[in-house]
Amino acid sequence: MQFESWQAFIEMGGYGFYVWLAFGVSFLAMGLLVVQGLRARSKLEREFVQEQQRQQRLARRQQEVS
Amino acid sequence: MTQPANWSALTAVMRRDLMVVMRRRSDILNPLLFILIVVSLFPLAVGPGPDILGRIAAGVIWVAALLSALLGSERLFREDYLDGTLEQLTLQPQPLALLAFGKIAVHWLLSGLPLVILAPVCALLLKLPIAGWSTLLATLLVGTPILSAMTAIGAALTVSLGRGGALLSLLLLPLFIPLLIFASGAVEAALVGTAAWPQVLLLAGLSLLTLLLAPFAVAASIRVSVN
Amino acid sequence: MWRWLHPYAKPETVYHLLGRWLPWVTAGAVLILGGGLVWGLLFAPADYQQGDSYRIIFIHVPSAMFSMSIYVSLAVAAFIGRVWQLKMADWALAAIAPVGAVFTFIALFTGAVWGKPMWGTWWEWDARLTSQLILLFLYIGVLALYYAFSDNRTGAKAAGILAMVGVINIPIIRYSVEWWNTLHQGATLTVFERPPMANSMLFPLLTCILGFALLAAALIFQRMRTEILRQELRRPWVKNVLQVSPTTGEQR
Repeated sequence: MQFESWQAFIEMGGYGFYVWLAFGVSFLAMGLLVVQGLRARSKLEREFVQEQQRQQRLARRQQEVS
Repeated sequence: MTQPANWSALTAVMRRDLMVVMRRRSDILNPLLFILIVVSLFPLAVGPGPDILGRIAAGVIWVAALLSALLGSERLFREDYLDGTLEQLTLQPQPLALLAFGKIAVHWLLSGLPLVILAPVCALLLKLPIAGWSTLLATLLVGTPILSAMTAIGAALTVSLGRGGALLSLLLLPLFIPLLIFASGAVEAALVGTAAWPQVLLLAGLSLLTLLLAPFAVAASIRVSVN
Repeated sequence: MWRWLHPYAKPETVYHLLGRWLPWVTAGAVLILGGGLVWGLLFAPADYQQGDSYRIIFIHVPSAMFSMSIYVSLAVAAFIGRVWQLKMADWALAAIAPVGAVFTFIALFTGAVWGKPMWGTWWEWDARLTSQLILLFLYIGVLALYYAFSDNRTGAKAAGILAMVGVINIPIIRYSVEWWNTLHQGATLTVFERPPMANSMLFPLLTCILGFALLAAALIFQRMRTEILRQELRRPWVKNVLQVSPTTGEQR
């Protein structure tokens, strides 16, 4: 362990701001990328299910008419 | 295909393109006017002192040239795409890359070459020292074919989109960076009195390489766009 | 070899294959990258010149390394799609490009933040920073073109051509930027000539590099699966995958 205390770890020998800014923004960017990927997937699923339901409704309607 | 058939197809494409543009001369004039206006904006923005203007002159002229190339890029394929000519070209027995080369050549004749002729006026307006003039003209002469060829790739990729403008600049401007760097570097070298010909030769090499490869990229892009 | 590879040209097979690998790669990425970062942040010794600020290296170097190679893989995928008319290779662009763009952004940002305490400025027109910036623009261009078309498949092909044009230009851009940089840069800033790294710093760095590689793979796999579904939405197998009952349209 390089740092004696939690405090020293946060301060990073005076460079705390830069180190944590770099790490923070990097993690934020990665996180956004992951979230965006997962949301694209769930949006696709939702749209697909909606489209399927719509088509089923249309088919039923057509059966009722004929 | 025999050699003469290829050759006559190439000249036919070039003759047709030349004729189309010559009947609408504003297409040639507008980009040139655009360059003149951009160039004359700079003294108003940074002050008319010759020391500043002379230093940035080559860069400004080149940036204006890049922007005007983007501005005039739509006319390369748009009309041909809308009236079906492009589709006819893809169906020709002659290689599409050859015909694309013809289109690039005509585009250069009508946008690159006038630019070289206009450049002395711009250099005069921006008070470029005399030592840099010949180098500026040389870089424009060997650099503008790259401009035409790359613009053709971008225009062919976005021709079916209808509104390609902003997208096109996003696609093309990063690819123009080496051109900008070497061209303004050459003029700067000439201004400080060192040899400028290495950069000019480098540009000429790049130009040949681009002219060799770009027609194939243009042909592939046209096939994707026409579909 | 082609006979062996042929079943893998089927989108459904690839979808399920990636699905099988994804949990393992993700777990590996989280474990190894987490371990590497903890190692680097907590246990690696401070640099005698740069103090603790050098710890940015554990994200900067891996992301910068992969930002360039991801672009090359993008162009390779585009090339395969072009030459062998493998449509999935074109779709891979949509999976690879966002990951590469974010890696490039991280490399740029951490480089700028590292530059502030070391060079005294957030942005320096340093050759590497500049070419990374151009690389970011190239990625954004590929992505913008990919999604500009209303027809997904045309977009994939067009973006593929652009990616190939870009990869030919990358060495030229890099060379020109470096040349320009040596021409313009004053002597005020010198990039550190670092002595070879001590093992106590090198090993956590290598761990982080491996972690980033796995992370990139996991992200690309997940996106590739989504893209395959998106492109194949009209095919019957997608219905089974998304668990839609054929009679009611409800999700099971």
